[in-house]
Amino acid sequence: MYQYNDFDTGFVRARNAQFRDQVARRIDGSLTEDEFKPLRLMNGLYLQLHAYMLRVAIPYGTLDSAKMRQLAMIADRWDKGYGHFTTRQNVQYNWPSLVDVPDMLDALQEVGMHAIQTSGNTIRNVTSDHFAGAAANEIEDPRPIAELLRQWSTDHPEFQFLGRKFKIAVGASTNDRAVLKAHDLAVRVVRNAAGDVGYEIVIGGGLGRTPMIGQVIVGFLPRADLLPYVEAVLSVYNLLGRRDNKYKARIKITLHENGMHKFRSLVEERFALIKPEFSGRDQVLLMRFREDFASPKFTQAPLGDYEAAYEKDPVFASWVDTNLAPHKNPDYAIATISLKAHGQTPGDASSDQMRLMADVASEFSHDELRISHEQNVILPHVHKSYLPAVHARLKQVGLATANIGLISDIIACPGMDYCALATARSIPVAQQIATRFDALKLEHDIGPLKIKISGCINACGHHHVGHIGILGLDRAGVENYQITLGGDGTETTTIGTRTGPGFSYAEIIPAIERLVLGYLDLRQDKHETFIEAYRRLGAAPFKAVLYPEGRVKNAA
Amino acid sequence: MSSTFLPKVVTANDLTCGDVVYLSADGQWVRRHKDAELLLDAAHAAMRLNFAEAQQALVVGAYLADAVKGDGGPSPVHFREVFRAHGPSNLFHGKQSEQKNVSV
Repeated sequence: MYQYNDFDTGFVRARNAQFRDQVARRIDGSLTEDEFKPLRLMNGLYLQLHAYMLRVAIPYGTLDSAKMRQLAMIADRWDKGYGHFTTRQNVQYNWPSLVDVPDMLDALQEVGMHAIQTSGNTIRNVTSDHFAGAAANEIEDPRPIAELLRQWSTDHPEFQFLGRKFKIAVGASTNDRAVLKAHDLAVRVVRNAAGDVGYEIVIGGGLGRTPMIGQVIVGFLPRADLLPYVEAVLSVYNLLGRRDNKYKARIKITLHENGMHKFRSLVEERFALIKPEFSGRDQVLLMRFREDFASPKFTQAPLGDYEAAYEKDPVFASWVDTNLAPHKNPDYAIATISLKAHGQTPGDASSDQMRLMADVASEFSHDELRISHEQNVILPHVHKSYLPAVHARLKQVGLATANIGLISDIIACPGMDYCALATARSIPVAQQIATRFDALKLEHDIGPLKIKISGCINACGHHHVGHIGILGLDRAGVENYQITLGGDGTETTTIGTRTGPGFSYAEIIPAIERLVLGYLDLRQDKHETFIEAYRRLGAAPFKAVLYPEGRVKNAA
Repeated sequence: MSSTFLPKVVTANDLTCGDVVYLSADGQWVRRHKDAELLLDAAHAAMRLNFAEAQQALVVGAYLADAVKGDGGPSPVHFREVFRAHGPSNLFHGKQSEQKNVSV
């Protein structure tokens, strides 16, 4: 894992000292709110519905136990004893006091963390595959590239005042677990016909009010060209992108309005100009980062206890079947810890849960944890012989829910319970769907199904790429929920299609129940998943169960 | 004054803790919606908003929100203001946990 060097530590300390001074000047009246707001946003501090919110970056979702323990300490000391893990692999504190934030930032700095560029019109936290370095099917660990991009983009003077925010994701697998094509820019590690490793660059993806799937701007970029090429893309976007209308300011609109042909030729022109300025120092750094992210030294141990526990304990077996993914070492597993216990807030973890996850990671997962964009926590390297002990420990604090990829493993943004931009609540909708299907005891029978809920059109809850997407809106002063179907956030990225009129808060849970029970009737057999059935049958039969005769009018 | 003016309260967030606050008739920032001053005409509402916006050392983002006369004081109209006056629905945090009778 990358550890801060003296330069990083000095930089973050200086920024924190600067912000401490800015907070003091806001409180003593030297700064107005208009002057202070951009400064606090540069440091990840929002003002939400009920309180301030501090968004802390977890670069590419990777943590060690020391960082997780510090997040727990901060939650206890300056917040309400919990944190909320987000779809950008960040963690948010919902209740900090303005006067405490400088101390919170200092506490983060002690473990090599900060909140810089988690807001504002800058390059945001670089996200990645939460199975990076552990998955069986990746070309290489994508995190050294993510770290290179993170260092390059942090405080980059040219890109501190972009037309709009800019989100970068990195992947290196044939499976897309980072929603690459919904990013402003995605880097995919690929191999060309000659067997050389390089990068495919995809730009112009995004969800929000105008969902678009990213397009390939270059199919294969040699390693040494990555930073100058990405810098060229940002430079072109920075100058060409619109600043007259914030809803038209993302790169997806720039690309849409100018066309790929024009955009690409401007990027190539800019690339030719700046490439000579890159001396190769970035490649030296990259080699160092690859050492930082070297595979752990895998242990060898007999698997007898694991196999015996699997045979004997059906609860453990269910967790194994549902929450584990194949590891590149066949004696190991990738274990996903669900932050979606039925009825709980998706993505929330208490400080006790954080500390237990830190303990389990240090004892059983080579001291590594990951945050997934699906708001769960991953133990990336668990020897299978440890799994019964890991499961038993997780169970003690309510973290052993066996529901990964199932109907209750819902992404939900904070919605109008916290967010100042939200137009409706999302958390209680997620809670009620989870508890309803748990009560029906149908979850495992229904099988893989991704429900994603956003409380406004900005789509932090990724509703467009949910098999079932739910978008909460304010319709004439009442919460109203639109359903989209057929979305897909994997390598076969698809934007879901709206079914029709929305549903009120009271109607949305029964509507989802009709839809899912309808799927059980429509599927060929129990092996045909919801999304497979939808693709085979199209929207019509699903709409028919969603809007039984006579209900369409009422649902409007 | 226009007879169609919907009554308002002035609301904002406290500068240091971020908590939702309301402007009372005696010019104080109070924590309970029902202690807010109900503003019944547009001119008076604009004047009170002006007063609020000048209080940068105390509050952030003052605005006028629709309200109606209720038992013991004004009640919010829009569901967003109901949540602001009460707290989040997933956890017993915010005003609902700190005050008795936050009923809005």
